Amino acid sequence: MKTVNNIEYLNCNPFDIPTFYNESKPQELFSELTVEYLDCLSKQINKNPKIREFPDVATFSFFCRRGNILQLKQEYLRPSPTKIGRGIVFHIAPSNVPVNFAFSLVSGLLSGNTNIVRVSSKDFQQVNIISNAIKSLSKESKFSEISKRIVLVRYDRNSDATKEFSRYCDVRVIWGGDETINHIRKMPLKPRSFDITFSDRYSLSVINADAYLKSPNQKNISKGFYNDTFLFDQNACTSPHLIIWLGANENVSASKHIFWKALNEIVLKNYSIEPLTNINKLTNLFSQAIQMDQIKLDHKAEDAIWRINLNKLKNNIHHFKSGSGYFSEYHGESLLELGPIINRKYQTLSYFGIEKDELNRFILDLKPNGIDRIVPIGRTLDFSLYWDSYNLIESLSRNIEII
Amino acid sequence: MTIDELFNLQPYSLNKENKASLLNQWFKNLTEFHYNNCENYKKMLDSTGYSLSSEFNYFDMPFLPVQLFKLHDLLSVKKELIVKTMTSSGTSGQAVSKIYLDKINALNQTKTLTKIVSTYIGAQRAPMIIIDSPGILKNREMFSARGAGILGFSIFGTKKIYALDDNMNLNTDILIEFIEKNKDKKIFIFGFTYMIFQFFIKELKKKKINLDLSNSVLIHGGGWKKLINESISPQEFRAQLNQYCNISSVHDYYGMVEQTGSIYMECEYGHLHASIYSDIIIRNTEDFSHAPIGKPGIIQTLSILPTSYPGHSLLTEDEGVLLGEDNCKCGRLGKYFKINGRLKNAEIRGCSNTYEDS
Repeated sequence: MKTVNNIEYLNCNPFDIPTFYNESKPQELFSELTVEYLDCLSKQINKNPKIREFPDVATFSFFCRRGNILQLKQEYLRPSPTKIGRGIVFHIAPSNVPVNFAFSLVSGLLSGNTNIVRVSSKDFQQVNIISNAIKSLSKESKFSEISKRIVLVRYDRNSDATKEFSRYCDVRVIWGGDETINHIRKMPLKPRSFDITFSDRYSLSVINADAYLKSPNQKNISKGFYNDTFLFDQNACTSPHLIIWLGANENVSASKHIFWKALNEIVLKNYSIEPLTNINKLTNLFSQAIQMDQIKLDHKAEDAIWRINLNKLKNNIHHFKSGSGYFSEYHGESLLELGPIINRKYQTLSYFGIEKDELNRFILDLKPNGIDRIVPIGRTLDFSLYWDSYNLIESLSRNIEII
Repeated sequence: MTIDELFNLQPYSLNKENKASLLNQWFKNLTEFHYNNCENYKKMLDSTGYSLSSEFNYFDMPFLPVQLFKLHDLLSVKKELIVKTMTSSGTSGQAVSKIYLDKINALNQTKTLTKIVSTYIGAQRAPMIIIDSPGILKNREMFSARGAGILGFSIFGTKKIYALDDNMNLNTDILIEFIEKNKDKKIFIFGFTYMIFQFFIKELKKKKINLDLSNSVLIHGGGWKKLINESISPQEFRAQLNQYCNISSVHDYYGMVEQTGSIYMECEYGHLHASIYSDIIIRNTEDFSHAPIGKPGIIQTLSILPTSYPGHSLLTEDEGVLLGEDNCKCGRLGKYFKINGRLKNAEIRGCSNTYEDS
């Protein structure tokens, strides 16, 4: 690891940025070498016994397997013989989701780019496991061409590095909150370069109680919901904050009872609540009580989860998020009731017991400004090359027209 | 009992049973009053299903997180009646608490502070040294916590001097002259803990000055948060004051802009005390249940004073420990406790955070 100008280079030697910019060349998409590289990266990561402690690293390694990448190639690469990368992609990863940087990097590699990746300045073991695997592959000469296209850097907030890298990139990918994005956007890009931004979002779930009661997998649904929310303290942009129940009255009350009881048990067993989060929940409840009408807290002292009953949906509901187990819930007649509340902040709709056709119709009927992903409960955190409705492969590559 | 009757009692004169019966009645009335006069307070209580009609025990009455006063305008009287708006000191850009006071509420704060503090410095006003700069009071429209503290405690001073100039330099000459002139009298010294350490003790040490303040009483507040990096303990703080100023009567206090007046003073044994105008409940972090003596938890502060805003029962973000009740060696009745510091928020995960501290 080498540090120059307070920039720590995790996997390579420091370099002169303008020269690096001038010498970098785009590559073809999903090149055979890249696919092989990622497959080897997956194997390299798996050699580390520590990955058992880090399911997020294991998920990443599983994602990089040849089989998965080839399948993605089929799904995401629209046929065109003359597609190559944009050049240099500068990725700014979030500080609190350790493995996110690696997924961002993979999308940059598969779309034929050279990648400068700013990883979190916090000392995450997950980051070290993956960057060490990248470092050891850089010693293999058959991968030298790929290794040159990966630069992992770490620096702290006060550094000018973001400004420098921004001057010499073709695409800047910013993962982070609205505040971060506004801050980074003040740093100029080259005239032809552009930003792909992933900002603060709001997510929700829909459960059809009629189907839920018939499901043999009720425990797994709560388990999947737990992973969707508590793995990131209900702070990931994909984590649901609002639960819409559909179905007959008696089925909804029976389902609620089973669903929350199962979730509560999982939370009590696997999760520890930080002292301040309960105070934040109370603050959020009271703010919500002031600004929405007639909400009711449903919470017993022994519950880890706070549920807020809404008797109508108001379009300010997305303001009332609180982490670590705070859910507003509403019993609706149909999905169409969401129409007036969905705005551009809405990202992931996770569901159980609803047919894909119906979801499809719901989007086409409502044509909402928000909602970019609709996934089954339990899969909100799955990384996809479609994110916030960007096809990352398409966005990070150039399609050269030849007539 | 009326508030004026309460002001005739000594601040530390009620034992557990007597205090409980007083506070139960008092807080029942206050809770009802705010419920009926503050729409937002009513909405909050309604959201939890809290029922006023059931048997009242002030240990179980609702509490508002202090953060709410930063987010919402909370008042229980008409806005025209507000004579003073207190704000918490926040760094620029951060939201500040806004506490709305009408004439009576403001007056009762002053009376209460007088009752409590005079048991430490005597009923007579005294020459006063304020360890701060006069600049802090220049903006009178918004009372910051520091400004409010200085103004509040100024009522105990006859002639007053500021020990620091506008650039936070120690006015050594003025200070020595003032002490010399008042050497036969008891001098009252007031300041914020951090300011006293940073701009007074450190300067005396650096300039090798020893002052004779053996007759004086020093009261300080504002918390220890900024002093953590200096790794100075309360004991060390007192010891240095004793070394450089020959002062032995040093009292910390715990108070907040949301409940001005009914402060918690530190006794000679280093314990913070609730007076008859206030109480303290320590709550377990996981479920807000009551924590027993000796177990650290979140501090809930109760004050009988807030009438123009619903701030009589607040949940702070401070961690404290109840040390005992009615049996401190100093002889004061009521609960006594200590503060452990601010509750820490461990790493919160999530994607909306690219930069640390942002």
